[in-house]
Amino acid sequence: MAGFKAAGGGATARFAAAQASIIRNLVTQVAELLGADPLADGDPLADPAQQPPDGSAAALDAQLRLSDSTEAPQDPALARLLPDAYRDDPEAAAEFRRYTEESLRSGKVAAARTVLDTLPAKGGRIRLSVADSQAWLRALNDVRLALSVRLGVTEGFDEEAARLGPGDPRYAYVWVYQWLAYLQESLVEALE
Amino acid sequence: MSIAPAEVERPETGQEAVADTPWVTIVWNDPVNLMSYVTYVFQTVFAYPKPKAEKLMLDVHHKGRAVVSSGAREEMERNAEILHGYGLWATVSHDR
Repeated sequence: MAGFKAAGGGATARFAAAQASIIRNLVTQVAELLGADPLADGDPLADPAQQPPDGSAAALDAQLRLSDSTEAPQDPALARLLPDAYRDDPEAAAEFRRYTEESLRSGKVAAARTVLDTLPAKGGRIRLSVADSQAWLRALNDVRLALSVRLGVTEGFDEEAARLGPGDPRYAYVWVYQWLAYLQESLVEALE
Repeated sequence: MSIAPAEVERPETGQEAVADTPWVTIVWNDPVNLMSYVTYVFQTVFAYPKPKAEKLMLDVHHKGRAVVSSGAREEMERNAEILHGYGLWATVSHDR
């Protein structure tokens, strides 16, 4: 099956409708996991009903995009996407999270949106700029990270996966996980 | 021809010496990230030439972790944030 090839600094690939559907579905799910509706216009993390009045401390806080969360998320897939930055210092980790989590979330949602904006629902041939290619890399990687948590991927997973048969409920997910790895690798090579 | 200075300015002891101790950004191994992708991220984020990026990636892979950058704390935190954006697991600490 074909993956990405280099094209004018960026990359090009052709997707069947079923493949486009899978990718679009998965990046949408990851964006929703990160708290956004990636198909909404404007800032996907903004809820007009929750915008505070101008001039208040809360408004400034919202503009600076600080987060209320100070701990790693409970959902293990989300925790892998938004990991702690300090291993042995919960206070420093909480402070770091408070200042960076919103922008990390919105950056990942933006990458998912780029995939949705550049991959037609019907599939077909697409051409990506360097910037869009890098967004695709990050979005595909986020999908694989989320999938890996659901699949319980550990070192040596490839050997374990090779032994799964079509009767195993994880089979389809493993196939997608490995296909996305191939796709991501072809995109890295296209960009080199 | 030029002559090297006779005396190198030394940091003050106490507070300044602590501040001079570099902070580091560490990347940890994980079973998901592709070796080619990790190498690409190190080239892209740090502008490391490919051989250096590859060596760091292999250190992460074989040793479980590698120091990818050192310097001021704020800079190391910024690096960790950028690396998290790429899906790598990076942490900041005060010494190696």
